[in-house]
Amino acid sequence: MSKLSLRTYTLLQTVTSVGLSAMAWAVTGVRPIWSGSEPSDRQRIYFANHTSHGDFILLSACLSEAERAKTHAIAAAEYWGKSRLRRFIAEDMLSSVLISRTWTSEAEHPISIMLSVLDQGHSLIIFPEGTRNTSDELLPFRSGLYNLSMARPDIELIPCWIENMSRVLPKGQFLPVPLLCRVVFGAPVAVAPGEERRAFLQRARAELLALNPRPDRDD
Amino acid sequence: MRHEISILIIGLFVVLSTASVTAAILSARAPKPLSSTLVNLTQRINAWWVMVALMTVAFFFGRYGMTILFALISFAALREFVTLTHSRRSDHWVLLGMFGIVIPFQYWLVWTAWYGLFVIFIPVYCFLLMPAITALHGDTERFLERVSAQQWAIMISVYCVSHVPALLTLNVPGFEGRNLLLIAFLIIVVQGSDVLQYIFGKLFGKHRFSPNVSPSKTWEGLIGGLVASSLLGALLAFITPFSPLQASAVAFIACAMGFLGGLVASAIKRDQGVKDWGHLIEGHGGMLDRTDSLVFAAPIFFHIVRYFWTV
Repeated sequence: MSKLSLRTYTLLQTVTSVGLSAMAWAVTGVRPIWSGSEPSDRQRIYFANHTSHGDFILLSACLSEAERAKTHAIAAAEYWGKSRLRRFIAEDMLSSVLISRTWTSEAEHPISIMLSVLDQGHSLIIFPEGTRNTSDELLPFRSGLYNLSMARPDIELIPCWIENMSRVLPKGQFLPVPLLCRVVFGAPVAVAPGEERRAFLQRARAELLALNPRPDRDD
Repeated sequence: MRHEISILIIGLFVVLSTASVTAAILSARAPKPLSSTLVNLTQRINAWWVMVALMTVAFFFGRYGMTILFALISFAALREFVTLTHSRRSDHWVLLGMFGIVIPFQYWLVWTAWYGLFVIFIPVYCFLLMPAITALHGDTERFLERVSAQQWAIMISVYCVSHVPALLTLNVPGFEGRNLLLIAFLIIVVQGSDVLQYIFGKLFGKHRFSPNVSPSKTWEGLIGGLVASSLLGALLAFITPFSPLQASAVAFIACAMGFLGGLVASAIKRDQGVKDWGHLIEGHGGMLDRTDSLVFAAPIFFHIVRYFWTV
């Protein structure tokens, strides 16, 4: 990439990220609740519940501009890679990283793609349910969270409960209803020595669920 | 009108400065770390400076400023109300309509002074059509609860609030072109009553008014606040079409309604298991925490003025 277009590219991403965060605030008044962790420039993997396209915008709106610039959401190539426009929005504007559920070569392996981002010193936002959830229960977690943590044990895994986004912008809708949202950041979760994959994933899921500030609500 | 506005601004400035100085002296003398009441008091006073400044700016933009400001207040209030109450995925379009159609249309009716539709658009048309849309979506789960919450949300946050800028559309003989002062009178008296009830409650409060609903409301606070704000109303008669006696009576009714508004808002919050509506205003809570009294006072004040003072 030439110097000029690289600059345009960075400018595009900065403008998009500041603009989207401002919009997220105007619509949802989003505010972070740090409950067990603190804002930090440490390398992190944020994992969150997933009900809406707005989820990662809300989560990144809670980070500082410097953090946001080096934090990438992991998105499904099956959806975001479908057309050139979607790919442009996902990769160029939102600087997310696309992974495929049906990878064929080793280079397309989701874990190797995510590790290569982590090895540049960047942070990740992942949705371990694997898809936008339309049910009332948090779905079982996929293995990626465990595999990433085993491969890079020094990186903090931060559970993040995103509140109300399923009501603001449910799957299948494109106009958001302005409702107040909070993102609750919990204490880091780590794989205990000798802990099995399935046990860890269940524990991580329970830690995330425990952050829901209003568990009495079924919506 | 310029004369009256100058007096109001100077008066508010003096009151707020006194409050800030008093809070600073209290904080300096109090043992450290400061009690939560003192910290909250300072936060509240600071927020008052911001709110008074915003109101003053909106005031200078007249009809434009007031209509836009109260449309935004309705937006923030409605957002808090809907966030707190139950809704389901099938309510998406009705909720969108409340923000995207009901608020703009109601304030357009205020702007064009179309009184006939302004008073019935929400209580008649929205009342009937919104549940019809919900029924057409076919989702009957907790139907009555969802529909009632939506009705309450727009009645409180949009319909009642819109009566404040609607005061500008009233035609009071001999008071032409000065209707902004009616808004100033209503807001100063009602918000002043909230503050006075708070002060009297903190200083003399012993007997709880309604411990099940709101532990902070006391008889001493209520009576002290109502008497003092009726006097404040009489004092402000010079900016209104009322005589001092009328002004104190109108102020009394508005502030009593305001008290009931706070009580109802507390009951809703308690039922939903929260302490505040939101976090928009530091030290106060959400927009509805600050406007619950105005919400109940505005429509009654509007109709009293309209019935007795307009032709």
